[in-house]
Amino acid sequence: MKRYNIIAAVMVVCILVFWETACRIFNIPDFILPVPSRIIQVAIRSAPILLPHAAVTALEIVLGIILALLIAVPLATFMFMHRSLERALSPFLVASQAIPVFALAPLLVIWLGYGIASKVLMAAIIIFFPITVSLLEGYKNCGHDYITLFVLMGSDFRKTWRLLYWPWALPFFFAGLKVGVAVATIGAVIGEWVGAQRGLGYIMIQANARLAVDMVFAAILWLSAMGLGMWAGIGYLERRVIDWQK
Amino acid sequence: MLCVTNLKKYFNSLVVFDGFSLTVPRGSFTALVGPSGCGKSTFFDVLTGIVPKDGGDITWRGDAVPHLRGKAAYMQQKDLLLPWLSLIENALLPATIAGMTPYARAKARALFTRLGLSGFEEYIPGRVSGGMRQRCALVRTLMFEHELVLLDEPLSALDAITRRSLQSLLLLLQIEFGKTIVMITHDVEEALLLADEVLVLSRFPMSVRERYVPGTPKPRRGDDPELLRTKEQLFYGMEQEVVREAI
Repeated sequence: MKRYNIIAAVMVVCILVFWETACRIFNIPDFILPVPSRIIQVAIRSAPILLPHAAVTALEIVLGIILALLIAVPLATFMFMHRSLERALSPFLVASQAIPVFALAPLLVIWLGYGIASKVLMAAIIIFFPITVSLLEGYKNCGHDYITLFVLMGSDFRKTWRLLYWPWALPFFFAGLKVGVAVATIGAVIGEWVGAQRGLGYIMIQANARLAVDMVFAAILWLSAMGLGMWAGIGYLERRVIDWQK
Repeated sequence: MLCVTNLKKYFNSLVVFDGFSLTVPRGSFTALVGPSGCGKSTFFDVLTGIVPKDGGDITWRGDAVPHLRGKAAYMQQKDLLLPWLSLIENALLPATIAGMTPYARAKARALFTRLGLSGFEEYIPGRVSGGMRQRCALVRTLMFEHELVLLDEPLSALDAITRRSLQSLLLLLQIEFGKTIVMITHDVEEALLLADEVLVLSRFPMSVRERYVPGTPKPRRGDDPELLRTKEQLFYGMEQEVVREAI
């Protein structure tokens, strides 16, 4: 086991022990703050109920990532190709992030319905920004001497993009994708809070209404596990794709 | 023959060169030696069209051209290998961009063998030495299929031993591959070892201060008394100019 894994494991254990002990010493009721052992128990026992909902949330996030990529990659590329487009679009990009997702959620549910589409769009709105900004920075970071070399080789933009700009920007792209994936759950869950019949956000709202705080925490636990899994997946993909950086 | 006549380049009030002329016969090796900042690299930038000229004419093989882009291979001080491509893929870049032919791959493999890179074709640049990277850059330069080769301090980033071995490869470019070479270098000895004609440049604006044609045939030896004497003489001249400027 690697050193950083041991440190992370020790930290988690310390927090859980402190939490469990404090709850028991101060006799905090379960409907306010359940002990971690109970949360884990509920998360495992309720897995048959929670997992289908987790699958829906995961699907929303994955589709959100795909949609965000479909928007972010061409957008960043066009903004890089045409600097005037970058200057023109930058305020809109920033504005898209300045509007609270909570404000957009009810509108998207009204426009796209209670189904999966509104949640996918919500996740995509959150994810596309870090990917676009990172990818654009990656393109701009490309070494001037390399660009000169490609100009001298008579390369057009399409070939230069494929052979130079895109591989050069990949580490930046993955950095943006990781940030996007880390916050993607926010979009999907908020969408489910506003209006849904499935998903971990829906479970959390239902459990909250019944003061089943342990179930809320169990849903959060599954959500965190899902987020970590996706983060690890992107990390694995990054190591496979950018293996020359080792 | 490459003819540069009355070439001009200004950066606002800075006159980099004002009426610079140069003639390079086909198949020859010309070295440009001069102090830092004299405009040698800007001269190559103008020749290749990276920086526009402010006047003058460039003629290659009798045809007047605005610049030499697409007519000359250009090798810089840095190897500029793409770290995500293997050495052979890096060498094949000019062919890939032009639309690769099976002939190009066979040619690259033959050049790898000729330049001592055989067996390292699939290695990525991060896994090989600086000398091997520079040799790979040399193969890429040869893949351009252009007769004219512009070398901008191609060996200056290398250690002395690697440099010596690569100097003989530069000679190979001229003798075996029939290239016309114009090389920028800080190293007077390197210029005297390799070139048919050495032009010592002065700066502000850049002009040819001294022209020297080594008498001994190639390959030359670094311990040749005439070469050592000429080296001292050219170096002394350059040093005097820098001292005069400082005063």
